[in-house]
Amino acid sequence: MTLTRRLFGGAAMAAALLAGGAAQAQEDPIRIALVVKALGIGFFEAAAKGAEEAAEELGNVEVIYTGPTDTTAEGQIEVINSLIAQQVDAIAVSANDTDALVPALKKAMQRGITVISWDSGVAPEGRQLHLNPSSNPLIGNMIIKMAADELPEGGKVAVLSATTTSTNQNIWIEEMNKVLGDYEGIEVVGTVYGDDLADKSYREATGLMQTYPDLDAIIAPTSVGIVAAARAVEDAGKIGEVNVTGLGLPSEMAGAIASGASKSFAIWNPIDLGYSATYLAYQLATEAAEAAPGASIPMGRMGTLTLDENAEGAMADPFVYDASNIDAFKDIF
Amino acid sequence: MMTFLKSREAMLGAAILLLLFLIASRFPAFVAPANLVRVFTDTSPLLILALGQTVVILTRCIDLSVAANLALTGMVCAMLNAAMPGLPVAAILLLAVALGAFMGALNGLLVWKLAIPSIVVTLGTMTIFRGIIFLISDGAWVNAHEMSASFTGFPRSTVLGLPVLAWFGLLVAVLVAVMIARTPLGRAFYAVGGNPHAAIYTGIDVGKTQFWAFTLSGALAGLTGYLWVARYAVAYVDIAGGFELEVVAACVIGGISIAGGAGTILGTILGALFLGIVKNALPVVDISPFWQMAISGTAIIVAVTLNVRNARAKGRIILRSAQAEGATA
Repeated sequence: MTLTRRLFGGAAMAAALLAGGAAQAQEDPIRIALVVKALGIGFFEAAAKGAEEAAEELGNVEVIYTGPTDTTAEGQIEVINSLIAQQVDAIAVSANDTDALVPALKKAMQRGITVISWDSGVAPEGRQLHLNPSSNPLIGNMIIKMAADELPEGGKVAVLSATTTSTNQNIWIEEMNKVLGDYEGIEVVGTVYGDDLADKSYREATGLMQTYPDLDAIIAPTSVGIVAAARAVEDAGKIGEVNVTGLGLPSEMAGAIASGASKSFAIWNPIDLGYSATYLAYQLATEAAEAAPGASIPMGRMGTLTLDENAEGAMADPFVYDASNIDAFKDIF
Repeated sequence: MMTFLKSREAMLGAAILLLLFLIASRFPAFVAPANLVRVFTDTSPLLILALGQTVVILTRCIDLSVAANLALTGMVCAMLNAAMPGLPVAAILLLAVALGAFMGALNGLLVWKLAIPSIVVTLGTMTIFRGIIFLISDGAWVNAHEMSASFTGFPRSTVLGLPVLAWFGLLVAVLVAVMIARTPLGRAFYAVGGNPHAAIYTGIDVGKTQFWAFTLSGALAGLTGYLWVARYAVAYVDIAGGFELEVVAACVIGGISIAGGAGTILGTILGALFLGIVKNALPVVDISPFWQMAISGTAIIVAVTLNVRNARAKGRIILRSAQAEGATA
């Protein structure tokens, strides 16, 4: 395998892949199981849509969209065991528990089934690779970029975070500060904490607007905070003066986009995520690619995934939602 | 006059003025009339809940389910509005109060008929109410764009210079104050909490009085449920999580004795205002968020310590004067 990869360039490999795909099309389709945290969640339904899109592009792929009825590791283990019995070719799982699924997934890999995790990861020994929706540096950069894009002349922005101890938010803010120099004229005047409570976040956002009367933007990298901040801006009559941005869900932010309190915000796109996971599972299952540290695996229209030493990779920048696309996503998740 | 100056309410009032003065020295815009109105409006939900809680605490009970009651009523209102945008706000308000009162009555019945300690009953119903929200909503949020403009606009629409939310706070404060001071039921709350045995001898049904206290507290929580959800334009399982403790804190700061039977409505109002001012001032006076929680907590402990000291001092004086009278006689 290593030899072939050394010998052939990317184009030759793609051709081999297509030929291999065509050969298999006459036999059995590649069956890829997309195992989600629980059925009936809009986010995962959208991911399934993306998986179908990838399946159509790839040709001979059958996507099995499945998962437990509630978000438990036990339920997922049952689902995985039944998939092993069905002898699927690949399992792409968004795990309810990092460690609990490892034995079941190890068993699957021993039977020659390709196992990858996406969205919510499995410990390295239980999967071949993990697809992160995005990476901390990409998120940190995106949240400041969205604020800066609306402020061509520079301006003052403040951060409304979750709690002082929220690991994710703290890392994202740290990453944001690292790239702050790339955005000329943008000054971060302060960071406040809304504790992911609607009322406290609202109060903190109001406080920010009072402390800094010339504030231009509030960055809230938390879904509760961004909604509350948008509400606070609306109530303060500062729509157009203070732009609320950060990370949020389209269904929750649709009102804020409509009112103009928020011009844009970001979150991963579940359709892209399902698409990429299916593409990656296909590549590994057909042995067109190998999940080794440092490997680059193509994932169709989403570019390539580069794996780090833990065989993890980041899909893309968070997807930006604004007035132009919010209506298409607000009913999905 | 001297007794009033020494009273808990006067001390608390002075503490609030001092607090405002301190905040103004760091951030003058805080004491601008428009901002004070905003702070009062922001404090109104806490005030309304604290007034209901006061009545419950007066009867030697405690209602820990108020925040969960608020969240459940809020979710029902929000889902109803999302399903039937044409339903007038007046109908939703009525429903909110009725639903809240029903849940409060449930607490009251358990305390009255089964004589279970109220802290156990409301701890249970608190979890049950939160669970029901999850069941009816499937864990999903009801978001701003699903609510009608009149639904979210009502609490923030201005009447005579004050938002409707603030008017509700004032109205409930006046009604509860009058009810406590002027109606037999209001006096019964004090009697039941002050000395249940004596209350029975005077013909007051202790359980029934507690039942009405819980029903009132529930009704006010239901009312706040609608106001809260409409104000923040979002409803989900965890709204107002942990708010019940803030409500109890407002009562305790206001001098309502946890042992029941002692405290005034004015005290509760001041207690709620004190907490509201602290909560609204901390974000603007540029104090590190790491200190904010410690400051809120210290304020509560200081207030409670004063409360306990006051109560103790009173007891001693009565005994001494009684002894003195005995000596002269």
